[in-house]
Amino acid sequence: MKRQALVWALALQIAAGVLLVIGMGVGSTGFESVLQAANDPAAWQIVWDIRLPRTLGAWATGALLGLAGAVAQGLFRNPLADPFLLGSASGASLGVAVALAVFGQVELADASLPNAWPVQIGLAGAGFLGAVAGVLLTLLLAKGVQHTLRLLLAGLIVGVVLGALKDLLALAVPGILQGMQAFTLGSTGFIGWSACALLLAVWVPCLVLAWSLSRVLDALALGEATAQSLGLQLVPMRAALVAVLALATGVAVAQTGLIAFVGLAAPHLVRALVKTTHGNLLVLSSLMGGVLLMAADILARWLIAPQELPVGVMTAILGGSYLLWLMHRRKLNSGML
Amino acid sequence: MNNIAMSAHSVSAYLDSVQVLREISLNFPAGQWSSVVGPNGAGKSTLLKVLAGLLPGTGEVRLLGQPLHAASARQRAQSLSWLGQNEHGGDDLSVFDVVMLGRLPHQRWLAAPNALDEQACERALQATQAWQWRNRALGTLSGGERQRVLLARALAGDAQVLLMDEPLSNLDPPHQADWLETVRALTRAGKTVISVLHEIGVALAADHMVILNEGRVAHAGACSDTATHGALAGVFDNRVAIHAVGKHFVTVPN
Repeated sequence: MKRQALVWALALQIAAGVLLVIGMGVGSTGFESVLQAANDPAAWQIVWDIRLPRTLGAWATGALLGLAGAVAQGLFRNPLADPFLLGSASGASLGVAVALAVFGQVELADASLPNAWPVQIGLAGAGFLGAVAGVLLTLLLAKGVQHTLRLLLAGLIVGVVLGALKDLLALAVPGILQGMQAFTLGSTGFIGWSACALLLAVWVPCLVLAWSLSRVLDALALGEATAQSLGLQLVPMRAALVAVLALATGVAVAQTGLIAFVGLAAPHLVRALVKTTHGNLLVLSSLMGGVLLMAADILARWLIAPQELPVGVMTAILGGSYLLWLMHRRKLNSGML
Repeated sequence: MNNIAMSAHSVSAYLDSVQVLREISLNFPAGQWSSVVGPNGAGKSTLLKVLAGLLPGTGEVRLLGQPLHAASARQRAQSLSWLGQNEHGGDDLSVFDVVMLGRLPHQRWLAAPNALDEQACERALQATQAWQWRNRALGTLSGGERQRVLLARALAGDAQVLLMDEPLSNLDPPHQADWLETVRALTRAGKTVISVLHEIGVALAADHMVILNEGRVAHAGACSDTATHGALAGVFDNRVAIHAVGKHFVTVPN
């Protein structure tokens, strides 16, 4: 099984490499810009400053969401757990809206602003705080994680309420409406090098911390009492995993807006390929999330070129279809999801 | 105190503000198998959870002569192994990975399993006749096969005291007999086994029996003692009778 996991990790890395090359060539000027980049400063700028950070950023965002999904599903022992179903994404979105309303509208698309770094970090921080608040509110309403239905209902309610608060804020401060609309649809179009670097800089410690706690997730899979009986300090370990979930979701949402289903679908796809421990599942789900979002982003840019679709719309259509298929298949196999 | 592996002193416990255990005081002899029986709702599983430190209670529980809560969670897990009732989940983990979780109390954080861990897992899987499934995913096993793997997980910890809640659920009669043999091998090796059982006939094969009723100890004594048989019949409203068949006892409904 370990070997199988390694083979899939390599395959996903190769797929990401191929998609990165394709991503550099997708756009109104096509692969021509890539071929002329060495001689033409305009082509160089298109490839180096726009397409490459955007494609790499799509991978990093997907990697964060895939990781967040795998952590959520393991932590809450629920295959339907997803950053969007636990209130963290809507919390992050509200956090970003509050930051925009308080600090003023910023040109998200302009990564070359002199203050791009503080803006990126500020939005990521607001997203993180919002995500933490969203998850904690969900857990408080659900009175813990033991009851799956209560947890999902609480997540749904928190998502709707925080989403409504965000809309209310957008109405009260019309200046943030345009930025928030792009956020709600989900787009990688704002990702420049500073956002890309931030996404990658957050992904590495999140993955390392989650992986170091993967045995806790393995033990929790057998039940809370069993995990506790094995001498694990569940309270601080769970808190650390919730922090990973919130940080990964918050930073991803702050840079790209609401991108649905990647966090839900990536761990499911990995489980369909290989049955393995959480140590491998977390890494593979992250790599899978990266590949999924990269592929969705390229499709969103290519399908109606030179126009492009918001990538969040693309992942919602593809991810929603996948979830429906998964439900149908499980219904056929066992009569229930 | 060396001949007492675990003891409870005036232990009470509540579930959702309902008192389930009432001032229970008990001694569990070291190196013996004690079975805990009683009618539904008597507090058997709750008692086991309080003994394992998984549920808070008032009073004092002592493990190997020391107060249970004086030891760290990790130290406690090294001496005390727990097998819960109907452990669900973990379907994607391989059988070997599940059993290796039983070695967590002995492993340093992030350290890879060493040769001792591997040997302990193999011994446990061999003891429960589950070695042949070591590479299969837990979710692909039947209920009885899964129960044998989970028993192996509890054995792999090599703890001095083992607490098992309904360990025979899903096991067919031949594997119930194998479980009995495993328990006897454990007590021969000096380990203490405390198990909650619904199968009264199997429970009577233990060395020592604790009979609970309405959260109190109705009786505690040797399984071969006629006073134990009388108390057992009493808590079930004399609707079961116990008869000796050779060295064994069987229960028949009245």
